[in-house]
Amino acid sequence: MAATTAPAPAPLSRPIATRASRGLWWDAARRLLRNRPAIIGLVCIAIFVGAAVLASVIAPYDPMAGSLADRLKPPSTAHLMGTDLQGRDELSRILYGARISLTVGVVAVIAALAMGGLVGALAGGLGGRVDAVAMRVTDVLLAIPGILLAIGIIAWLDRGLPQLMLAIAVTYAPIFARLLRGSLLALRESDYVLAAQSIGGSGRRILLRHMLPNALTPLIVQATLVLATAIIDIAGLGFLGLGPADPRTPEWGTMLTDARKFLQVAPYLVFFPGLAIVISAIGFNLLGDGLRESLDPRLRR
Amino acid sequence: MLKYIVRRLLGAIPVLFGLSVVLFAFVHLLPGDPCRTILGQHATVEACDRLRQNLGLDLPLWQQYVNYIGQLVRGDFGASIVNNKPVLTEFAVRFPATIELTVAALIFAVGVGIPLGRLAARHVQGWIDGGVTVISLFGISIPVFVLGLVLVYIFAVELKWLPTQGRIDARAGLELKTNFVLVDSLVQGRPDLFFDGLKHLILPAIALGSIPLAIIARITRAAVLDVANEDYVRTARAKGLSERRVDSRHIMRNAWLPVVTVIGLQVGGLLGGAVLTETVFSWNGVGRWVVDSIQGRDYFVIQSTILIFALIFLVVNLAVDVAYAFINPRIRYS
Repeated sequence: MAATTAPAPAPLSRPIATRASRGLWWDAARRLLRNRPAIIGLVCIAIFVGAAVLASVIAPYDPMAGSLADRLKPPSTAHLMGTDLQGRDELSRILYGARISLTVGVVAVIAALAMGGLVGALAGGLGGRVDAVAMRVTDVLLAIPGILLAIGIIAWLDRGLPQLMLAIAVTYAPIFARLLRGSLLALRESDYVLAAQSIGGSGRRILLRHMLPNALTPLIVQATLVLATAIIDIAGLGFLGLGPADPRTPEWGTMLTDARKFLQVAPYLVFFPGLAIVISAIGFNLLGDGLRESLDPRLRR
Repeated sequence: MLKYIVRRLLGAIPVLFGLSVVLFAFVHLLPGDPCRTILGQHATVEACDRLRQNLGLDLPLWQQYVNYIGQLVRGDFGASIVNNKPVLTEFAVRFPATIELTVAALIFAVGVGIPLGRLAARHVQGWIDGGVTVISLFGISIPVFVLGLVLVYIFAVELKWLPTQGRIDARAGLELKTNFVLVDSLVQGRPDLFFDGLKHLILPAIALGSIPLAIIARITRAAVLDVANEDYVRTARAKGLSERRVDSRHIMRNAWLPVVTVIGLQVGGLLGGAVLTETVFSWNGVGRWVVDSIQGRDYFVIQSTILIFALIFLVVNLAVDVAYAFINPRIRYS
């Protein structure tokens, strides 16, 4: 990823530092906006978020109601993406589906960040026995492959949106815990932490004011990338019939379950929800890579 | 070396202990009345009593856990609630299908991903590199079930080159002994069925292998680029070695390490992804069984599958770490 965006080396005749740095975030934002793949990612995310926010305004039909007379109609001017088995407008369902994916995805990733971040901060900050126990727990959760953990949690708690959020959050929390702990352990050895200790800073103050802010950027990058995977997993669980409790809910994965049986007559019912998932996932993947490059200039190649 | 393996095995014990606690809780601490949760609202009182007795739900919790561990050690993973068959028996019947699928997907991912990554690194910044970057971006962004359905539509429904689902043409009447379609057909001297099995395998393997392929290509590219600027590579070129020799003996030998780690880590994703792939292709493996078990509330099946898959994942990654020593003699485990 990095390679496609690396700038040409500055000509030697020009002074290199012409502009004063205006702070980490400002610089990062400027670098991000010069990164073409990241811009494409932002456009994809804008489409996704726009669809979610404006669904009730721009959706031409009710996503839950349809008439059987209209079932399985191919795309036309009346129904731009056709209609599904119950005669519901596919475009409207995809727009409302963006709401489900966005809310569940964002809430789940924030919850994962909170849970994993807390565990990681305690483990990396306190060390010792707390660290040992916390890391064994993350080992256990990470040993359960792929989305099986999420499947297990939903099988246990039954279907529903809150369960879906919890399942995704628990699946990804260990990744954040590991990441934050790792950065904190590395930072412990850094000069400025030593400096803060030598002027008598308390352990809590050093952790909160010196170490955590510096450990934040890898977490932000990872959270963006995890959001892409989370959206795919949510759709995957929906596809397996583990999505929202109400099967009429316009959720992209659930829509694909129905569409699978009508692949021969109505391939567009697979194509459009699939495209919606891919666009949102690509958006967050590109943005995550762009953030990684712009937040840590040393990584650029 | 042996010491290292023993230490790694000992290190896995707390993980296994934790896993057993989590999975014990999964069935024994079901929310609400476990009987109603497992057997449904209309279960008879006798069925409920039998279930309670089978689960030992009348015993204190710690004793239930000890019993559970005792059963596991004896290889008793419980019985299916739906048909009362031992879980392990059914697992053994279905697992070959999942192995065939995941191994084929891994072969596809490694066989295509590594060459793609090397190609991209050789032409870094060029359009080939850009192309590989786009392929790997799509690879990680397309869900396996969406890719599976699209592949079925193109190659099975429209072009009719490949079958839409299943492991083999059911009418062919292959007698399954090992439950590996590819093995059984060869043993019984039916190359036609072997190729039929292969044809059934292509689309599911591509769908399942797409994510690992993308990740392997990315890592290979990065690993090769990392090594390519080392002094010893320049030295090798300077002393006039052929580009091929530099590539195989100086670059790849050192680039393998991160690539092999990542391949090991893909096994978990493949086992999880198999659940989705098997559903798309009506592939009669463990993954589909898990999905069917959720509908039937067959908790022991889900519990055991998670446990066995986690075990496989742990063992594979231990094997990968051990394999390091052979790839890279600089690493000495002590």
